[in-house]
Amino acid sequence: MNWAALRPARKAPAALWLPGLLAVALTFIPVFYLALRSTEDGWSPWSRAFHTSVPQLLQRSLWLAAVVALFCVAVAVPAAWLTTRADIPARRVWSVLLTVPLAIPSYITALAVVAFLGPKGMLQGWLEPLGVDRLPEVYGFWGAAFTLTCAGYPYVYLVVRAALASADTAEEEASRSLGVSPLRTFFAITLPGLVPALAAGILLSVLYTLSDFGAVSLLNYSTFTRDIFIEYQSSFDRTGAAVLGAILGLVTLLILTSELGVRSWLARGRKRRQAAVRLVPLGRWGVLALAFLSIAVSLALVLPVGVLIYWLINGLRANADFPALAPAVRHSVEMALAGAAITVALAFPVAILSARYGGLLARAAEQAAYVTHALPGLVVALALVFFGIRYATGLYQTVWMLLLAYVILFVPNALSALRGTLVRQPANLEDAAASLGKGPLMAIATVTAPLARPGLAAAFALVFLTIMKELPATLILSPPGYQTLPGLVWSRSTDALYAGAALPALALIAVAAIPVGLLAWKGDIGALES
Amino acid sequence: MHRLRILSLTTAAAALAVMAAACGGDDDDGGSITVYSGRSEALVAPIIEDFTEETGIKVNVKYAGTDAAAALLLEEGGKSPADVFFSQDGGALGAVREAGLLATLPGSITGLVPEQYRASDGSWVGISGRSRVVVYNPGLINASDLPASYKDLTSAKWKGKVGWAPANASFQAFITAVRKVDGEDAAKAWLEAMAKNDAKTYANNNAIVSAVASGEISLGVVNHYYLWGLIKDQGEINAKNHYLAAGDPGALVNVAGAAVLKSAPNKSGAEKFVEYLLQKHAQEFFAQETFEYPLANGIATDPRIKPLAELKPPAIDLSDLDDLAGTLALLRSTGVLK
Repeated sequence: MNWAALRPARKAPAALWLPGLLAVALTFIPVFYLALRSTEDGWSPWSRAFHTSVPQLLQRSLWLAAVVALFCVAVAVPAAWLTTRADIPARRVWSVLLTVPLAIPSYITALAVVAFLGPKGMLQGWLEPLGVDRLPEVYGFWGAAFTLTCAGYPYVYLVVRAALASADTAEEEASRSLGVSPLRTFFAITLPGLVPALAAGILLSVLYTLSDFGAVSLLNYSTFTRDIFIEYQSSFDRTGAAVLGAILGLVTLLILTSELGVRSWLARGRKRRQAAVRLVPLGRWGVLALAFLSIAVSLALVLPVGVLIYWLINGLRANADFPALAPAVRHSVEMALAGAAITVALAFPVAILSARYGGLLARAAEQAAYVTHALPGLVVALALVFFGIRYATGLYQTVWMLLLAYVILFVPNALSALRGTLVRQPANLEDAAASLGKGPLMAIATVTAPLARPGLAAAFALVFLTIMKELPATLILSPPGYQTLPGLVWSRSTDALYAGAALPALALIAVAAIPVGLLAWKGDIGALES
Repeated sequence: MHRLRILSLTTAAAALAVMAAACGGDDDDGGSITVYSGRSEALVAPIIEDFTEETGIKVNVKYAGTDAAAALLLEEGGKSPADVFFSQDGGALGAVREAGLLATLPGSITGLVPEQYRASDGSWVGISGRSRVVVYNPGLINASDLPASYKDLTSAKWKGKVGWAPANASFQAFITAVRKVDGEDAAKAWLEAMAKNDAKTYANNNAIVSAVASGEISLGVVNHYYLWGLIKDQGEINAKNHYLAAGDPGALVNVAGAAVLKSAPNKSGAEKFVEYLLQKHAQEFFAQETFEYPLANGIATDPRIKPLAELKPPAIDLSDLDDLAGTLALLRSTGVLK
């Protein structure tokens, strides 16, 4: 092994590559676990998997991921452009409304989609007087794609919007001042600059789809993740589940490699915007733009929240039992704050390493993190059980184990928010600082970190809400008696106590939406000021 | 920069709070047990409170799905901190028993429950029973048209009108019963005929009952108590339960049960807890809250529900329903589970 190749092209300080190494090591916990479990019965489970379910599952999962990614981009890019470049009224409000659906877990969106759009759902009830006896089937591929788009497009929106907000608009303005139409300007100048953000956003949405369980199971569309759950559920077959998990990990690795290919030809070191943005007047297109935004917000936000409120009101009327909220809120918020802080703290050096120094370690750290991200939370949780009970008995069944799972699962969310910001920053500012005699760490502390502030805040908010929503690992790894909001929602909804589920669900959404909503709200001020 | 500092201060404070929470030990005198519960909090917590009040034994409960709890126990093996596994279905108990993780319960506990509702080797005991039924919408179906056997559901008149949940554990137990009673080939033929008859797939039993009540489908194969749970949550709904003919695999009565782990740190506390679940008080609670059949101490079922004594399930040893892998393979090969 040529160890020199592991070292980055430029010599990175230990404060950067040590966290990188740690990130790789953490990721290896689930990878090692999968390798161990999936081979314990020899190769026969592998050949059985390949001869039965794998080809079909692969096709179904990837097809769903591709369609969802396409839908997400189709919603997110126009929405991001409208809320950063166009003169629509109440731009900040729209930004917030487009962002906060991030706080809604896919299983809640799915419950609401079924309740509202099902063949005999609430919508059909409203349409009954018009002679609509039954709505088309919501279950299956399109229902799952629709639900995952509603739940997933804000991820793409956030990344694209951040890129647009911090991009240099001088060229766009020059183009428009030369009489080129906004649309052509968008395609010729704005869009190429968005490629890194788009690539990151698409990647997130693909991984989101591949690892989702809630939506695909409630809408009854079989994917890798759903099948892994079924293996555990039905036959308690850990080997079979691990084989599927390992294959899912390998597929993710392939996707990542192709994403890196895209990244290698994208423009680097684009300048930061210096002047204020001049907004594009939409004129009569404004109505259409508002209609588009309204539909996006209605489906992703109003629909699930509306159904929850409906259940809640019904339950209040029927005098239903409601669970005690306070301990669950406290636990979920504590975990999300601490988990987000640790995750961002680990991801920041890795992102700098990757954006500034390159090298095998940086790439390994980034890729390894993404691979675990596509694994179902259940698999990562069981991997930590395996290691915790053998090698970390003191930590086992304490909140630390849970925090560790969150870090492993969500470092990629932080990385994608951070990396985009860093790539966009001119590296020569740090070089200048270095040439003035500041060490690389000082340069990072005084130049990189302050400039990356929006990225850091976004990463924090993103990880915070993702932890708030996380269900499978939370259920398995939280200490006994440690009630959480997603746990409450899950337990009440599996009992069909929808009123009792609606209350913690609304609390979950409200709390998880706060940081990201604030960010979206402030985001516009920041963009206008600088 | 200011905002960043506030952010880091808050998170540092939160981290400290977490640390404090993690380090705070519980040094109670009455001893404590850890229960992994596949049954949800709403259905278990009140009984646990009463148990602690009565015995002084503190109970730490981990609520996870039955499948997740079983996977957790299998992964933890002999080092599990759990004392008791309270499972939603017999299959999960069977899987944990198979791995050699369950202790044998004393006869004084197993003796409380009729023989057909506990493991033959005493490794677990049924706490409450549930019958498979056909739930139907009385607005769409005349009672006289209802099927007598699960086999009738493949009839052309039910095409596209029957709901099922092939990914669900209770459905899979029913298929395992079909394999035992009518044989492998019959089970395969039935699944294929159902798929051809355009049976509608749902994620779980609740979804089926809701779909029947709304008229989305006319009938569905489920456990009996989901209907009553939904009625409790939403008031009267347009659905009724229909029990299939005597001895039909579609009339299978399965159990939710409990077991003590071999590795239990507090075995006597664990046994006390399992015994408590079979006492009058807990059995009454399950009957009222979950609408299941109490299995011990002669507690009556909810008067609206057909009593346990009148049920005529197929003569199957529940411990024989452990070939879940075989059922899963069958569901896959017939394309019922995609």
